[in-house]
Amino acid sequence: MSILTKKKGKHIRWGRVIMAYIMLLPGLLYLLINNYLPMYGITIAFRQLDFKKGILKSPFCGLKNFKFLFVSGSLGPIMRNTILYNLVFMVLGTIFAIAVAILFNELQNKVAKKFYQTSILFPYLMSMVVVSSLVFNFLSADSGFINNSIIEPLTGNTISFYQEKKWWPFILTIVYLWKGIGFSMVLYLSTILGISKDYYEAARVDGATKWQQITNITLPLLKPMVITMSILNISKICTSDFGLFYQVPRNSGAIYSVTQTLDTYVYNALMNQNNISMSSAASVMQAFIGFVLVIGSNMIIRRISAEDAIF
Amino acid sequence: MGVKSTQDKIFIVAGHIVMILLSVCALAPFWLMVTSSLMDNATILTEGYSFFPKTISTDAYAYIMKEWQQIARAYGVTVLVTVAGTILSLIMVSMTAYILSQEDIPGVKIIFILVLIPMLFNGGIVSSYIIYTNVVDVRDTLFALLVPNLMLNGFNVILVRNYMKHSVPMELQEAAQIDGAGLLYTFLRIMMPLSKPIMATVGLLTAIAYWNDWTNGLYFVNDSRLYSIQLLLNQINNSATFLASHSELNIAKADIPTGAVRMAVAVIAILPIAIAYPFFQKYFESGITMGAVKG
Repeated sequence: MSILTKKKGKHIRWGRVIMAYIMLLPGLLYLLINNYLPMYGITIAFRQLDFKKGILKSPFCGLKNFKFLFVSGSLGPIMRNTILYNLVFMVLGTIFAIAVAILFNELQNKVAKKFYQTSILFPYLMSMVVVSSLVFNFLSADSGFINNSIIEPLTGNTISFYQEKKWWPFILTIVYLWKGIGFSMVLYLSTILGISKDYYEAARVDGATKWQQITNITLPLLKPMVITMSILNISKICTSDFGLFYQVPRNSGAIYSVTQTLDTYVYNALMNQNNISMSSAASVMQAFIGFVLVIGSNMIIRRISAEDAIF
Repeated sequence: MGVKSTQDKIFIVAGHIVMILLSVCALAPFWLMVTSSLMDNATILTEGYSFFPKTISTDAYAYIMKEWQQIARAYGVTVLVTVAGTILSLIMVSMTAYILSQEDIPGVKIIFILVLIPMLFNGGIVSSYIIYTNVVDVRDTLFALLVPNLMLNGFNVILVRNYMKHSVPMELQEAAQIDGAGLLYTFLRIMMPLSKPIMATVGLLTAIAYWNDWTNGLYFVNDSRLYSIQLLLNQINNSATFLASHSELNIAKADIPTGAVRMAVAVIAILPIAIAYPFFQKYFESGITMGAVKG
């Protein structure tokens, strides 16, 4: 500190500095408890738990917990689910959102536009607990709308959705798109609205059709945004929306093999099996992969277009 | 300009059709939820939840009126946590952001980095859980719903700091300083009033996060008296007779319209957000787009 001030040759007003640190205190204290102590908690993943000594004072045991995690064999399908769902969500989510944003942008009627946007964004406001209720309305085996009003009249049978695996990749993808499309549409729309009207005017003068304007102006100009968003999504590829995968399938064991992701696995291992070692190994692995991917993806963004880099 | 080609017209018609379909898809589940909450149990068992029930029954709401204490309590917890959490969070975020915008204060740049690091790296949920149960024990207190992960995040600090740095005229701060105003006075009397737009956006996003939060309750709250409305709904989703088993009233479980009750509670849980949404939609959207710029 003193070196810095000497360099600038500035006079420090200590009253101001002390006041500044008093005002920073609550925020820093919160960061310490909420963010920095858990970073120390990472050591739990490398400890042989001994409850007599206390969780944070147990002896170290190297990578044993991680070895257990890998040997247990449950990790494979969980990682597969986490990554595949994320990839599907990313691809479909981007295509849908861009298509909807472009169509929406072509409309002129302000009242209709306001209504559409308000409706499509509404599901994004809901908690996953509420979404789970909504999905149950449709899927319940005894009283669900789909069974009672569609499948039973047609086939005479009912489907126990919460027991049958094959439906869930579709259900989860539909729920994800239903809830998230409004959000990503608003994102892409803001980029489209930022494109200069002159481009389109010039294209019209040259006789370009609407379709040509979209493929030759809008889409190329959306590309940087798509790249940035995709890289951001890839950096989160080992993180899943805990609510979506926990609440919507109602934590039903029969369909774990297609619904369990790293986040729900960690929750179940910690809260239901009380397996602190294994769950902390899994969550530390997730945090570590996330960190590496964020740093890596930021380096790639910096390569492509420096001004889009996050840091 | 005014002349539209056939292709333009096709785009507009297709656009309206797609948008109407999407709007219906977005809202239909909510309609089904409301109609389901207005069905009687016998009809639900024979016909299932229906978009257009033949008979309307208010059994579920009548039952909830009888069990109003639990619902009202959960509602009270949610409102209290949302209001207190949003206010505390706004104070902490804006105060931190304000000091971080004063780059002449020694050490501020290092502290800014300390605020940013958690956005890149965290200890994972298990570490957080251990800290909040073993070091700072928040289990079964209101702090469990207020504190973990919701009060201050680096992202909001950046948003407010950038606003204070770039959108509030520097001259006003300088003038106040020349007049002898200290940091706290400048913050309270000049920066807070002039940062209202960003505070509205950040406050709204924070309030929605608090209203919708159920994970903190899931991890840290067992005491049903501290259930928020989301947590209560979560319990009812798990066991439809949850209300009865925690009730002092003696209502036979068979007499509870469980199928409709779970939907009625969901309706009650989203009602305030649904009513307020058209009014705050603008701020909500600007919050989303701001998030995209630096997210």
